[in-house]
Amino acid sequence: MKKQTTVRHSDLAPVMDAEAIRRALRRIAHEIIERNRDLSALVLAGIPSRGVEIAHRLASYIREIENVEVATGVVDVSMHRDDVGTRACLPIVQSSHLPLPLEHRTVVIVDDVFFTGRTIRAALDAISSFGRPARIQLAVLIDRGHRELPIRADYVGKNMPTAADERIRLRLQNIDGEADAVWLVKEPQT
Amino acid sequence: MRSRDPAGAPSRGAAVPSASGHWARKDLLGLRELSAEEITFILDTADAFKQVGTREIKKVPALRGKTLVNFFVEPSTRTRTSFELAAFRLSADVVNISATSSSLQKGETLKDTAQNLQALHADILVLRHSSAGAAQFLAERLHASIINAGDGAHEHPTQALLDLYTIREKRGAIAGLHVVIVGDILFSRVARSNIFGLLKLGARVTLVGPSTLVPREFEKLGVTVSHSLDEVLPTADVLNLLRIQHERQRKKYFPGLGEYIRLFGLTRTRAKLLRPDCVIMHPGPINRGVEIESEVADGPQSVILDQVTNGLAVRMAVLYLCGGISG
Repeated sequence: MKKQTTVRHSDLAPVMDAEAIRRALRRIAHEIIERNRDLSALVLAGIPSRGVEIAHRLASYIREIENVEVATGVVDVSMHRDDVGTRACLPIVQSSHLPLPLEHRTVVIVDDVFFTGRTIRAALDAISSFGRPARIQLAVLIDRGHRELPIRADYVGKNMPTAADERIRLRLQNIDGEADAVWLVKEPQT
Repeated sequence: MRSRDPAGAPSRGAAVPSASGHWARKDLLGLRELSAEEITFILDTADAFKQVGTREIKKVPALRGKTLVNFFVEPSTRTRTSFELAAFRLSADVVNISATSSSLQKGETLKDTAQNLQALHADILVLRHSSAGAAQFLAERLHASIINAGDGAHEHPTQALLDLYTIREKRGAIAGLHVVIVGDILFSRVARSNIFGLLKLGARVTLVGPSTLVPREFEKLGVTVSHSLDEVLPTADVLNLLRIQHERQRKKYFPGLGEYIRLFGLTRTRAKLLRPDCVIMHPGPINRGVEIESEVADGPQSVILDQVTNGLAVRMAVLYLCGGISG
């Protein structure tokens, strides 16, 4: 008998499809508008690579809703991580770009999946090397739990309780060339 | 783990980057053994580190807790300082050891000195040595990351990387460019590393100098050899003038300074043969009035000081990549 093959991601029903992602991000855009009266002082700072894409989408929803152009930026956390010397290979470091000065601005860190909180800690550290923003908020598409640091999100697209051996698989059209979707997968990534 | 974390990473000894563009080498010994993808990976990483120099706080914690030893058995100020500053900006701790202050003067072997440094938990060793292969020798014997900062007439990879970075920054791309390297090629590790890197990235390379210093044998590497600078200048996109290394010269190779300047020095008159968009590079320290006339060195086509700035970003990238993987 043929050995049982692993189930492919695309065979499973996604937890969120393109429409669910669109609605979640649109709601976050509304919440950001509600919480921040002065949208001209806002910076949506994405963490590469999918956080940058999500930040651009949030900016375009805010433009549609309020007809205001919100600044966007990029915060790469590679240089600020706390796991130096523990990885066998390193991914590319992207350049960070933030509109300066940050002093009177509100920076909204934007990321795809909120997990241990270590990436966000690194992002806070990275932002502080550019200046001292008036305040920093956090927007994530998915919160999967398992925090290891006392960090919480201000805006959450979807809370998705997960087991430690599960993994969130997110695909975004502009980054991955596949239709927007989120899956919860058990198998280790190959 | 987060989905962006690399999975199925090769072991430390594997020294092969995955096809998806990750870095997995602990040492940088030369450009000869690097692939075009790896060289481009370093240059792209350097872009991000160059940006750090524009921040309010020009320091990142990437190598916090790591110890770097600048082990310069051959004297050097600019390369050592550049590595030192790069290490500071990455939050590493730095110790400098020079030939005169080391026990090598007392007869200790290179291997013993290096093993002592490792026993002190040095994580990264930046080595400048007069013997070709010295960096490789240590890389095979130590757990520490070894960065070759020049070994004899063999390679000087970070100098070539900063040259490549500067060319890419000024000209947009390297593939298809005509790069002319002038001077003492025979004794130049800078030239060798540049040749390997430029050819891998698709440039056309011409070496120019007196036949004693630029022998025809170099054509086996895939470059063109010329003994007439004036013939080559009009088609150059990049002109890289190497320093005449007085300290390495022996009389039989060298025609004399006056003769060299007359034939190969970049004078104001000769610089007029260059295209206006040709960039002029020099690894420094420059001998004003020998390889290059002062006005040309300070002129609009010169990118000599950009090379120094870029050297810092490139060395930060190299230290981050080689020192940042697990050991």
